[in-house]
Amino acid sequence: MAEYSSSRPQVVPVNLGVKSFGERFLDIGKALWRALTVNGKVASGAVIVGIFLLVAILGPIFVPANANVISHSGNLPPSSAHWFGTTSLGQDIFGQLILGTQTSVLWGFFSGILVTVISIVIGLVGGYFGGVIDEILSFITNVFLVLPGIPLMLVIASYVPPGSFTIALVVAGTSWAFGARMLRAQTLSMRSREFVTAARSNGESTARIIFAEIFPNQMSLVAANFVSTMIQVVLAFATLQFLNLGDSLQPSWGGMLYWANSQNALLAGQWWWFVPPGACVAILGAGLSLINFGIDEVADPRLRSEPKIKVPKIKKAVA
Amino acid sequence: MRHLLRRILFYLAAVWASVTMNFFIPRLAPGDPILLMVANMQKSGIRPSPDTIRTLGASLGLDTTDPLWLQYFKYLNDLLHGNFGTSFTNAGQPVAEVLGQGIWWTLGLGTLAVIIGFVLGCVIGILTAWKRGTALDSILSPALTFLYAIPPFWLALIVVYILGFVLGWFPFADGYDTTMDIGFSWDFISSVIYHGFLPALTLVVSSLAGWMLVMRNSMVGVLSDDYVMMARAKGLKQGHVLLMYAARNAILPNIANFALALGFVVSGQVLTEIVFSYPGIGDTLFIAVGQRDYPLIQAAFLLIALGVLGANFLADMLYASLDPRVRIGRSA
Repeated sequence: MAEYSSSRPQVVPVNLGVKSFGERFLDIGKALWRALTVNGKVASGAVIVGIFLLVAILGPIFVPANANVISHSGNLPPSSAHWFGTTSLGQDIFGQLILGTQTSVLWGFFSGILVTVISIVIGLVGGYFGGVIDEILSFITNVFLVLPGIPLMLVIASYVPPGSFTIALVVAGTSWAFGARMLRAQTLSMRSREFVTAARSNGESTARIIFAEIFPNQMSLVAANFVSTMIQVVLAFATLQFLNLGDSLQPSWGGMLYWANSQNALLAGQWWWFVPPGACVAILGAGLSLINFGIDEVADPRLRSEPKIKVPKIKKAVA
Repeated sequence: MRHLLRRILFYLAAVWASVTMNFFIPRLAPGDPILLMVANMQKSGIRPSPDTIRTLGASLGLDTTDPLWLQYFKYLNDLLHGNFGTSFTNAGQPVAEVLGQGIWWTLGLGTLAVIIGFVLGCVIGILTAWKRGTALDSILSPALTFLYAIPPFWLALIVVYILGFVLGWFPFADGYDTTMDIGFSWDFISSVIYHGFLPALTLVVSSLAGWMLVMRNSMVGVLSDDYVMMARAKGLKQGHVLLMYAARNAILPNIANFALALGFVVSGQVLTEIVFSYPGIGDTLFIAVGQRDYPLIQAAFLLIALGVLGANFLADMLYASLDPRVRIGRSA
């Protein structure tokens, strides 16, 4: 990010109160800690998401890698040997769930980042340039905003070879519009501010103005949007896997639901097969939305539940 | 008037964009649709002859040496004449016929579920905002937050399992008793309602939370506005203040958000239809995707897109008639 073109006289940034890397790291940590604990909803959401992250990263170490291996002990209900029972092919459901967490969370993050990058580029470019470029980009954004996601994903996925990577591309290609619209509005309000004018008269390149001057001011917005994008993306991923458009051999939450459904786990009463993966999607989603609602509350004090103040007038009106 | 014109232009352009997208997706896709289709046929034991393969290509319009722009105009011309080609499956029925059967199921189920979900969600939103901080709010709000994150297809599976399988109260597949004749008899209609109950319940429950959360937040904001306080100070009845003063304004974001929400609702409906094998467009689309029945896939998607755009247009008009600021163009 911090590259200066060599052709013009450089202004050496004067760093007042230089901080060591360690101190700065500590500062970021403190800020993060404050951000996570300032609001109850954010804190509880962060705990939920944190647990899933830990499981995704560390879980596979503790789980035998052969959770997908077929054995003769099929259709077992939960027991001490198989915490969540086994599938009809005798695969350990708990092991699949842990490996599935890794697939779902990591691919969710990957496509979430992809979505965010697309919306940043389209939103900032449209908002900064205005005019015809903005009209065209806004139109594309609005069309994608209105078109229903899942049917569109189904259509695209029917043409591309199945697999997690293509699914990530499909999800990213259909979910960026909301973020782009929001960032465009924000950019629009920033592009005539003094620091942008100053950068322009300094002769900075357009790309640099957009991504090094304006963009850092929108980091908080981007971060908040990333959370809601993640909810959407994790759900979309699970959905496409449930419809068997992903990699059906790689364990994943949606894929487990696909197998459970296609092996008639419902009609065999094997609740332990189809309840856990869906519950994982829902709990992770709830954790993320808690963070989201918490951020809303921090931004808009009116939404906070305040200690009760008795307003006598209302009480009388009720009585 | 200017607003109306702008919106009509936008929706016309959006229709054009979805048609164009529908044209280009198969042509830009990395895989060869014909090969995918042939592979799929071979999987199910059919060995297509070279002749069949050529016909497949012709029916997709992919075999020509025409330049792309000519193909595009031929495609538009076909669409304008309602010529969607024939379905590869479904015994070679014209696509328009296959979808004609499904559309009434989808429309019926969808409209009913959207209306019930919207009204119920708004009412719960008003109640939780009004009773903010009480037991009602502190139970309902987190519960609905969780509901909001539940994947609709999983909810459908759970509903099927509990109400259909364990309790056996409702049937969990098809849109009606398939042993019955389709017609306007009481038996048939009651069987449709009986079969539609679980899918409708799934849709209402999964869309409820979204409407409710937006309504609650906007209601909380409006309730602390001066004009609401003024209404209270005048001694107006609580219910009157709540509905005629606060809720009237608080509902605007929900209607403005209708466009976004509808995309989710329709996506949810497609999944619900799939899980319940409900004979609507969504299930048709899914089956067509499984069989790589491309003419059917394209037409089904186009139909869904047009439906969503149409509903959005209506919501837009409703919004403009409710909020004069939009009509005048201050916030447009």
